[in-house]
Amino acid sequence: MLIDPHAHMISRTTDDYQAMAAAGVVALIEPAFWVGQPRTFVGTYVDYLSTIVGWERFRAGQFGIRHYCTIGLNSKEANNEELAEGVMEWLPRFALKEGVVAIGEIGYDEQTELEDKYFRLQLSLAKELDLPVMVHTPHRDKKQGTTRSMDVCEEMGLDPSMVIIDHNNEETVGEVLQRGYWAGFSIYPSTKMGNARMVELLKQYGSERIIVDSACDWGISDCLGVAKTAQLALQSGVPESTVRAVCYGNALAAYGQSGQMKESDWLEPPAIDQRTLYEGNSILRGGREPVIEEPGAQRRAGLTIE
Amino acid sequence: MTDPKDLLYGWIRERAGDERPWLDAQLAQLAAPDATERDLHMYLGFAPRRLGKADLALTPDDLAQADAARSGWDPSGWSIDGAARILGLLTYSGTRPFAETFKDLRRTSDAAEMIALYRGLPLYPAPESLHFEVGEGLRSNLKPVFEAIAHNNPYPRDHFDEHRWNHMVLKALFIGAELGPITGLAARANPELARILVQYARERWAAGRPVMPELWPLVAPFAETPEIRAELDRARAEGRTFEDLVS
Repeated sequence: MLIDPHAHMISRTTDDYQAMAAAGVVALIEPAFWVGQPRTFVGTYVDYLSTIVGWERFRAGQFGIRHYCTIGLNSKEANNEELAEGVMEWLPRFALKEGVVAIGEIGYDEQTELEDKYFRLQLSLAKELDLPVMVHTPHRDKKQGTTRSMDVCEEMGLDPSMVIIDHNNEETVGEVLQRGYWAGFSIYPSTKMGNARMVELLKQYGSERIIVDSACDWGISDCLGVAKTAQLALQSGVPESTVRAVCYGNALAAYGQSGQMKESDWLEPPAIDQRTLYEGNSILRGGREPVIEEPGAQRRAGLTIE
Repeated sequence: MTDPKDLLYGWIRERAGDERPWLDAQLAQLAAPDATERDLHMYLGFAPRRLGKADLALTPDDLAQADAARSGWDPSGWSIDGAARILGLLTYSGTRPFAETFKDLRRTSDAAEMIALYRGLPLYPAPESLHFEVGEGLRSNLKPVFEAIAHNNPYPRDHFDEHRWNHMVLKALFIGAELGPITGLAARANPELARILVQYARERWAAGRPVMPELWPLVAPFAETPEIRAELDRARAEGRTFEDLVS
């Protein structure tokens, strides 16, 4: 069983859902993000948040995948003050929706004053609602941006155990782990982290507080990033317990702190969900006998490593 | 005549355990003249977290009481959190017209909230004012949201015009929602729906797809109208088989 704790499924196709399910993904987390171009009305942002707590969650369920999300104002759009002010008013209403496991992804892009302002406001909200935080670290000036993100989290009184610092690389991971945070790695061709480099990091750092995700979105990205990394790691002699932790257990432990994500959600879905939102592996439909299939039974069939 | 609100409160309170004081305090706040929309949002957000999402699991006696309180009201499949959300909405003392509050909630609801909002239709004030909102729910791509309106819910029977009724039945067939649980299905059968369903059956046959047998009882009462008779005869000549009730 695998969890992809960072996947922007609104930008992906049903083929991706089928491939992820076949590869053993039982649950994923969709962070609120920038959709490739800026939104110009608060209303479009509100409808976007509605989509990831509503339709996308249902869509994933049709493929037997449990869908969770994070709610937040991303760093790029924090620079449009009018939009940002409007979105902030709506966030508390969305943060308590079913399946919201964190405030995120929030943090810095260009490290402007406005980005800083809205990052801090959202850290306060997370603290007030007792939700974990997913921090997006900037692509440019990443090392300083990562250090600064953690400094601000601590200034705002957050416990590092409630914060996942994502998009790490070889240069940032040491400090993130040393300071007690969860360290996310996005397996994303060309800009973030590659499979083989990730495996080397696992050999160096082990499994504690390390989380692998795909960050698949509207760009050239791979929704099977977690599955392929797991397979390559196993082939490279990384212990199975390590692979299970970084591709499943750690994400569940970190985001499970929200109270909105439990292993039983996909292992033993409640009857009410079988009738409504989740057409998973063991499902009673139209009076038929349930078809019980080991979750991920089809996985590892024909996965290729780039 | 029991008020549906009192029935709901009794059922939820019985199942609230240690959360009873929270439930009572929240409902008192929602009923207070100074209750705000934010109070309502918070209550709706916390309902499943505090009260859980188990089935209400009502007894036959409970269900009989429900039907007596509001003809056709059938909360047999309701969950505790869903029932609590509907109770909160009925309790809220807000000053805006009900349909506006409903719209605001519906636009930002998660799936479970939306299901609860629509399951409550038989109990809301000014039911006619929700015409647009119900249309939005029927257009939803979330099958359980559609079913919250179409199944075990007397609202369509009591408030839909023929066009909306017919399209609800047709959409149910399209998305694989059963027809059986539609309240008033037989009572609201009509010749236009029979015509639509026979045409639909023809399309299914042409595509080599099975035709759901549950549509034939809606055709049978109108089998002798000329247009439908001609279609049925043509189908029989082509060797199509359909239910015995349509001779």
